[in-house]
Amino acid sequence: MMNLVGEVKPGMYFWSGNDAIAEAAIFAGCRFYAGYPITPSNEIAERLSWRLPQVGGIFVQMEDEIASIVSIIGASWGGLKSMTATSGPGFSLMQENIGLAVMMEVPIVIVDVQRAGPSTGIPTMIGMGDVQQAKWGSHGPYEIIALSPSTVQEAFDLTIMAFNLSEKFRTPVIILADEGISHMYEKVVVPDPRDVIIINRKLAKDPNGYLSYKADDDLVPPMAPVGEGFRIQSTGLTHDERGYPSADPEVQNVLVRRLLDKIRKRKHEIIDYRMYKCEDADIVVVSYGSAARSAKSAVDMARKEGIKVGFLQLKTIWPFPDEVIFELAKKVKKFIVAEINEGQITREVERASKGRSEVFWVGNYGGRWIFPEEVLGKILEVK
Amino acid sequence: MITALVHPIEKFVRSERLPHIWCSGCGMGMIFNAFAKAIEELNIDPKKVVIVSGIGCSGRASGYWAYDGFHTTHGRPIPFAMGLKLARPDLHVVVISGDGDLLAIGGNHFIHAARRNVDILVILVNNFNYGMTGGQVGPTTPEGVRTTTTPYGNYTEPPFNAVWLAAASGAVYVARWTVYHLRNLTESIKTAFQMKGFRVIEVISTCPTDFGRRNALPDPLDNLRYLKENAVYVKNPDPREADIVWGKKFIIGEFVKIEGKESFDDRIRRLIEIAQKELRRSDLQ
Repeated sequence: MMNLVGEVKPGMYFWSGNDAIAEAAIFAGCRFYAGYPITPSNEIAERLSWRLPQVGGIFVQMEDEIASIVSIIGASWGGLKSMTATSGPGFSLMQENIGLAVMMEVPIVIVDVQRAGPSTGIPTMIGMGDVQQAKWGSHGPYEIIALSPSTVQEAFDLTIMAFNLSEKFRTPVIILADEGISHMYEKVVVPDPRDVIIINRKLAKDPNGYLSYKADDDLVPPMAPVGEGFRIQSTGLTHDERGYPSADPEVQNVLVRRLLDKIRKRKHEIIDYRMYKCEDADIVVVSYGSAARSAKSAVDMARKEGIKVGFLQLKTIWPFPDEVIFELAKKVKKFIVAEINEGQITREVERASKGRSEVFWVGNYGGRWIFPEEVLGKILEVK
Repeated sequence: MITALVHPIEKFVRSERLPHIWCSGCGMGMIFNAFAKAIEELNIDPKKVVIVSGIGCSGRASGYWAYDGFHTTHGRPIPFAMGLKLARPDLHVVVISGDGDLLAIGGNHFIHAARRNVDILVILVNNFNYGMTGGQVGPTTPEGVRTTTTPYGNYTEPPFNAVWLAAASGAVYVARWTVYHLRNLTESIKTAFQMKGFRVIEVISTCPTDFGRRNALPDPLDNLRYLKENAVYVKNPDPREADIVWGKKFIIGEFVKIEGKESFDDRIRRLIEIAQKELRRSDLQ
């Protein structure tokens, strides 16, 4: 399906976050998109409906979000890197089949452009309330990868990273964008493709004796191409290495442990973050997504006042960087977590700091940004 | 010399998975047989046949075939099959699933895939109830009959006429048979395999364990006899007359057969050509 016609040229562009996500998807090799209209994610679908056919890719507007995610799972099995984009209500509808992709071990990318919730909430305004849903939204025990951009450039870079991680680990990867980043226009530098590592899934080569779910040492089973005599068996039921269903608790145990471990044991290959002025800090402000922009400004403002405060921006939200927080917790007295929800990452920081630091929340419940002055106010309050 | 007897469809089946989960008297075995026979007689490369199923008794079909098999979530085999088929137009993608899976929880996908004319064959196994979960009323349960959630008889849930639903939504091939009419079913699967677009074969099946038992047909043979006695073959039948009323005659046959209607994947390929031609003309890039 690769076709060099229509590839974006390296250089500087002025894009919204949604534009950047769409272009990065094509850059990473995405050739199948299925989605259902929902604000504030629509520009991703609109751009891809224009751009994907140019590169020989497929765009389908589905009848709902459930069909959207299921059809990208089918297309990914068909060998195409695949993506969908949505917002909170659609993300809720997708949860069951995120579990299917986890269980079938299918590389897909799901963009959730978060808006204010719960329910229909404020469709056009910012929210960051789907962070814990991204981790726990589908039933049963599983691990997931979720990335959160704070700039339009990061929206581009993390989308490529999302495809690479999904292909490497045979897992769904969620991009936790938000209305702020998605509708903001900024400069984006598109690199020369030769300077970017693009990872493609590990393919099975020999149909003889092939077992659909026999993992290699890296805990990831090679994926067989459909229609080549591999006799693929794939199911959402608990299954053994052959892909055959089983109700044996030991089979469940072995499968789920591997699904958890392939991400937990290799999280050093996944976790990405940015530390700023943390070396001598007494207080560290932790943030991500749009909120991180105000958090960073507040840290600069506080430094001017002579307060020893640092900034930790999370790019990988899941798996959570427990060790990074714990190491900081040994040195700093206080964490402040800035986020546009009721404290979903605040509780993760509390958990990961294991009582060694005090943890405070600053934010609101959605519908507007956090202002740097609000974060600064919290710094002054707790210092 | 003594030679081991091998069942004629053995090569299409994962024998190591036997015994299967289906009850004695279930119609799935006959559908299995008819399908394998059709593939064999058409000389299709089995490697290129992919079975996608949903949840329920018939949803387990994907796991027993020796083809590539995908067992998806409840109601979702059709969008899965669509994604797979668009990515791999060289494959024969077949959805085998039940009436609850395809017409209740998956009903939206059924009509939209028909509207788009997605190039897949759907074998809709209609046993009038939810067998896997214990025999509850479903979207095709005839009025009046007893199920585990209509203990007084089904007075509240009028059934879909699946044939008319498929025809009205845009399917290019719509046929109905029963598991008693195996030769017709085999021929019909062969016909459908040679067409392109959204093709639906409704197979009226038997479920003595859950449905028959509660409706005076506890013996598997009586279930088959019911189908034999009540199914009436009609040439070029009208989809609107395909309602099934319990205890009355119902129509089987080929209701819709439209050749030459552009399929969804052909439309997608055409769109790509248009987009690439426009791109070459413009100097935007």
